[in-house]
Amino acid sequence: MADEIVELNNGTDGLVIVGIQRRGVQLAAHIVSTISAREGVEVPQGALDITLYRDDLQTVGPRPLVGQTRIPVDIDGMHVIIVDDVLYTGRTIRAALDELADFGRPSRIALAVLIDRGGRELPIQPDIVGKKISIEPLQRVDVLVDEVDGRNAVVIADREAIT
Amino acid sequence: MSRSVLLRGGRVIDPSQSFDQIADVLIIGEKIEAMGARVGNDAAGRDGLETIDCSGTVVSPGFVDVHCHLREPGREEVETIASGARAAAAGGFTAVCAMPNTDPVTDNQAAVGFISRQASRADAARVYPIGAISLGQRGEALAEFGEMVAAGAVAVSDDGKPVVSAHLMRTALEYARTFGIPVADHCEEPTLAHGGAMNEGIVSARLGLKGIPSEAEEIMAIRDILLARRTGGHVHLCHMSTRGSVELIRWGKDRHINVTAEVCPHHISLTEDAVEGYDTNAKMNPPLRTADDVAALQEAVRDGTIDLIATDHAPHHYDEKEREFANAPNGIIGLETALAVNITWLVAPGIIDLPVLIERMSCAPARVFKLPGGTLRRGADADVTVFDPSASWVVEPARFKTKGRNTPYAGKTLQGRATCTIVGGRVIHRSDA
Amino acid sequence: MTLSLGKDLLGLEPLSGDQIKLILDTAEPFKEISERVIKKVPTLRGATIVNLFFEASTRTRISFEFAEKRLSADTVNVASTGSSVSKGETLVDTARNLEAMRIDMVVIRHGASGAARFLADRIESNVINAGDGTHEHPTQGLLDLLTLRDHFKTLEGIKVCIVGDVLHSRVARSNIWGLTKMGAQVGVCGPRSLLPNAIDEMGVTVFSRVEEAIEWADALNILRLQLERMTAGYIPSQREYNRVFGISRERLDRAKRDILILHPGPMNRGVEIDSDVADGPFSVILDQVTNGVAVRMAVLYLLSGGKPELAEAAKKAGGER
Repeated sequence: MADEIVELNNGTDGLVIVGIQRRGVQLAAHIVSTISAREGVEVPQGALDITLYRDDLQTVGPRPLVGQTRIPVDIDGMHVIIVDDVLYTGRTIRAALDELADFGRPSRIALAVLIDRGGRELPIQPDIVGKKISIEPLQRVDVLVDEVDGRNAVVIADREAIT
Repeated sequence: MSRSVLLRGGRVIDPSQSFDQIADVLIIGEKIEAMGARVGNDAAGRDGLETIDCSGTVVSPGFVDVHCHLREPGREEVETIASGARAAAAGGFTAVCAMPNTDPVTDNQAAVGFISRQASRADAARVYPIGAISLGQRGEALAEFGEMVAAGAVAVSDDGKPVVSAHLMRTALEYARTFGIPVADHCEEPTLAHGGAMNEGIVSARLGLKGIPSEAEEIMAIRDILLARRTGGHVHLCHMSTRGSVELIRWGKDRHINVTAEVCPHHISLTEDAVEGYDTNAKMNPPLRTADDVAALQEAVRDGTIDLIATDHAPHHYDEKEREFANAPNGIIGLETALAVNITWLVAPGIIDLPVLIERMSCAPARVFKLPGGTLRRGADADVTVFDPSASWVVEPARFKTKGRNTPYAGKTLQGRATCTIVGGRVIHRSDA
Repeated sequence: MTLSLGKDLLGLEPLSGDQIKLILDTAEPFKEISERVIKKVPTLRGATIVNLFFEASTRTRISFEFAEKRLSADTVNVASTGSSVSKGETLVDTARNLEAMRIDMVVIRHGASGAARFLADRIESNVINAGDGTHEHPTQGLLDLLTLRDHFKTLEGIKVCIVGDVLHSRVARSNIWGLTKMGAQVGVCGPRSLLPNAIDEMGVTVFSRVEEAIEWADALNILRLQLERMTAGYIPSQREYNRVFGISRERLDRAKRDILILHPGPMNRGVEIDSDVADGPFSVILDQVTNGVAVRMAVLYLLSGGKPELAEAAKKAGGER
């Protein structure tokens, strides 16, 4: 995926990788270190928590904790890559786009996801996909990352399983 | 042929005659005619005899409340003498004394006469007026005790307020001796109590409410006791609420000083914890105190240091109580819950027995205030209370005869209820329970 | 795992340590929003919040207003300067009118202890206590906790002494409850006539002399001395208060270590606190103000919480990312 991102941008100039809390941030970190190893350039990296921009705040029940948002550079005129682990309905990305708009006006925003499981409810499509899968609505797919879950894996399970 | 009533088969308790057994009481006209186990049989066949079956209940001399606020004249929307007298009857009281902090203040013979007249029109419990100590209760000049007594006043008090001036209290005690009436004082040192809304203690500290320390009451109590000693007058201390006050009263009685004291049902049952949540139905003056004070007062009722129990019935309009705690007026109703609260918290737990309760609610009030009543002796006025000491009931203020609804016992289950109240031989209240 | 705060925030005394921690943790990300160019998130868009201030207060009201507007809520300010006898009627009628207008949240400051509770018991909207009489000022307590936590990294075991008129202070009470629930040690220091008589039962250490308090404390929360206390006979004069209890550079220097300085404001410079202390390197008074907006945003956010029934329905319909 790191290679595809660099290719999409025609290099590393103006690139900003922004991961979505929580596991998108870890993936973004992996991508940035991969680019650094391959291209020898430290691409700026940010984190975005979209909780406050969700469109379902009234129904989501007890308030989920809000994670950290950190955009270390001015994104005006930059090429921002949003990184997330799973793309499903597209609502998270919609919220992320709204939030980024409050930080500035990038020249381009692209989306890179590890897993695309289909089931879109909004007209949002990824530019870069790790793997496309097809599962039932009652199933869930979780991406586990070393830093948060102790291992790297993609797990498909029934809805009631792990959090 | 005068009307006659037979109270049949109840447990007749008359502390004034040391009488406590199952018996009948015969009333002819307005007087007690006879009392005994065979009275019913002897009276059977009398023309026009109304028989009331009192089995399972207690028959006692009528309860007398020497301290209540009937709001008329001036605040008739909150209570009238008529509604108050009916509430008293429903609570088992055959007589009450009405405090003079009305609007205008009852401080002259015309005002006292008005109360008496309204009382006789009410045709329920007897209402004896209490006159003010000072004109307008302003604490400056004495009111005309003599004229007020001639018009029917049975005591004087500036209750609602303390008598701030020790000199005025002294002269009131001396002057009252001429007429043989008690001077009833609301003990509250105003600078200590100023702005206070509840007892000063850990609860007031937590709730951020200014507190009234116990000393505000005790300082005035000992002052009054000392002045009673100096003057030989009779001081009656209203609504005592602290352990310290009880100790001071004992000190005075040990020295044979002419001091009597009353306690209200709420002060022997509730503590300052009732204020949690800023419930204005737990706001009164003097305030609810600690569990230790409650214990001391209960013991004082038992050993007679506190002579009698009075209600300090103080109705307020719903809107007045429906406000922030500090701005709500002081006072709760009590005529229709007094008997039950006393039984629930004093008799049921075994602190006192029924004869002592009746002594405190009937005999002593009548004796201390020199009122007729408090006895079922032959020839006495037929003021009788019949009550069921084990009746369990839930307090529903909306069903009270008083116009007031401000009680901290709303929704609580209490034990004890008046079933029949008789004044001068006429049944003025019959419970539908 | 989230802990519901219930409908209202009336004080810190009813909250558990976990609930307080939740609010403080939630306030962290809200600090960042105030650093952005566009200081706004759409979280409470469409919500109507009324700031009902019966007591004049610029700083608290403005802080709440910023918090509300940065969450995109619509705010209405109602100031009542009435000192009429019918304050009580005003509150009951106000409650009914607010209910009728379908307000989402009310932030109330009132001169009577228990006023926030009075309102909360009578309306369905969320009620936030911005200071009721001398009872509590929970958001002030929370921002003080956040400021302390920022500096000490923890609240457990730190020693905080509240200096001044504790008797009449809602800030002091909220601090006492908040700090003890979070495991801090609390001291109070002031003239005895300005400490509640029952202070010994409130789980705090009482210091008679401010020098002792300074020896002991890691941080001082200095309360404003109100001029009315003199006229009411609690203490003789401002000058005496400053001499005996004032926090000065000399007094602090004797402690030989750095003590954090907090003050809820507004300050009486030269009375309870000297200027060189207020403006000195260990004063976090301005941080308190910054944290105030973040804490209030966190509280508004947590109270405006979703309805669990709708959450159940949403779960069943399978709505997710």
